[in-house]
Amino acid sequence: MAQPYLSATDMRGGYGKADILNGCTLTVDKGQIAVIVGPNGAGKSTAMKAVFGMLNLRDGAVTLGGEDITGLSPQERVRKGMGFVPQTHNIFPTMTVEENLQMGAYIREDDYRDTIAQVYELFPAVADKRRQNAGELSGGQRQQVAVGRALMTRPSLLMLDEPTAGVSPIVMDELFDRIIEVARTGISILMVEQNARQALEIADIGYVLVQGANRYTDSGKALMADPEVRRTFLGG
Amino acid sequence: MDILNALVALLNFVVIPAAAYGAQLALGALGVTLIYGILRFSNFAHGDTMALGTAFVILVTWGLQALGVSLGPLPTALLALPVGIALTSLVVLGTDRGIYRFYRRKKSEPIILVMASVGVMFIMNGVTRLVIGVDEIRFDDGARFLFSVQQFKAWSGLTEGLSLRVSQALTLVITALACWALFRFLARSKAGKAMRAYADNEDLALLSGIEPERVVRLTWIIATALAVTAGTLYGLDKSFKAFNYFQILLPIFAASIVGGLGNPLGAVAGGFIVAFSEVAVTYPWKKVAGYLGYQSDGLLQLLSTEYKFAVSFVILIVVLLFRPTGLFRGKSY
Repeated sequence: MAQPYLSATDMRGGYGKADILNGCTLTVDKGQIAVIVGPNGAGKSTAMKAVFGMLNLRDGAVTLGGEDITGLSPQERVRKGMGFVPQTHNIFPTMTVEENLQMGAYIREDDYRDTIAQVYELFPAVADKRRQNAGELSGGQRQQVAVGRALMTRPSLLMLDEPTAGVSPIVMDELFDRIIEVARTGISILMVEQNARQALEIADIGYVLVQGANRYTDSGKALMADPEVRRTFLGG
Repeated sequence: MDILNALVALLNFVVIPAAAYGAQLALGALGVTLIYGILRFSNFAHGDTMALGTAFVILVTWGLQALGVSLGPLPTALLALPVGIALTSLVVLGTDRGIYRFYRRKKSEPIILVMASVGVMFIMNGVTRLVIGVDEIRFDDGARFLFSVQQFKAWSGLTEGLSLRVSQALTLVITALACWALFRFLARSKAGKAMRAYADNEDLALLSGIEPERVVRLTWIIATALAVTAGTLYGLDKSFKAFNYFQILLPIFAASIVGGLGNPLGAVAGGFIVAFSEVAVTYPWKKVAGYLGYQSDGLLQLLSTEYKFAVSFVILIVVLLFRPTGLFRGKSY
């Protein structure tokens, strides 16, 4: 079997003395949607931050497209093709939508106008507000700007930390639809989600983490069908 | 009733001086507000940066005068200004490298940086006095008036006179140009947008590949350029005295807080609000009232000029009580 596009294996580490991740493994293939779910405090966001290099790993390795990137800083990983959308504070509020996208493309030296056009095509709602300050938009539209900003570097892996936190169910469905669309263009998606059921529905692969380690790993549908997973993590 | 004379008196004694003073405060407040927005602390050394920069400008001016260089009707100090800005930028970047960067790396609380800047303020204050002394220095050469009171009276035939000094006109023109350039830079250029992005969301700016140390350096240089320009214009308009620049820190802070710290447009508006309030409250209105048909025995002066700094304090207190983020909604850390 060929190595998956992103492979983070046996990650161990935390912020202080105690480890939060205890041998967590995540892999995502090209164009796949991978979703991390699990109870509060299971280390979901921490696992994703570790993949992005925001956490020093004591053990384990991260490879992207076959290249070992374990020692790289988050900024260097962005240049390698990672895009990251933090859960909060993920836009520049007093800058316009267009300027937010321009800042997303800050490291690009080439002409990125076609990328901006693609983002507007993906999110027509924010395209209409391109001259408006991003901080004045609704919660769902801000998330769209945040995702659009991360797409500006044309990443091969897009990581989303709870993209639907605090948005209404309708907006959430809409956002998931867009994420599927992004994945169809060949971009791999790694996403942490609080809304486990809806997220697993669109997941090619789902990871259930408990106490910083993998508990169940399967396709989203299989996890949803597993009575054990349903009873323990999805509330019946 | 003599509305024309009242208007001319108002222009001559209130509007023109306050506009020039307001422009000088605005330039100073812009620097304070930029540093607050990017480096996230109130820089107490800003007034003394103005003083040190102006001292450099004066020294270079003297050098140029000794060489026989002059700008004709314009003050020679304008030629010396870029040199002064460059020298002061080096000093300020040195303080960042030696002092502020240490606390930035430690992610210290803003108040610690503020206290560090108080230390820098005292050192700069001392260095300025060592370099150029404590005496009052006049360094405005060239023509003094664009038009004088006598010329205006002869031209208009009014009893009340009006004059516009070269330094006042220069202050207004240079401030307008500096604001135009700064706002254009912040709105249009990649580096300017990176500064705003960094001020808006430091972590996301980092993720986007914006280099913090470059943004910080650029901010210091711009703030210093504005400060030295403000200091030089203030010195040309009034005179140079190291202590006055220490005192002007208060109205400058009032201006940037009134406008909303971190908001450049607010800083400009705040500068003029503070200046007009200060001049209006300390101006004896007897003469203007007289032209308007109200004869008064008193001077009709609300506060004597010695108390002019009280105006800044009052404005500060009122704003902080009722609208702490300022008129243009700045931010607070």
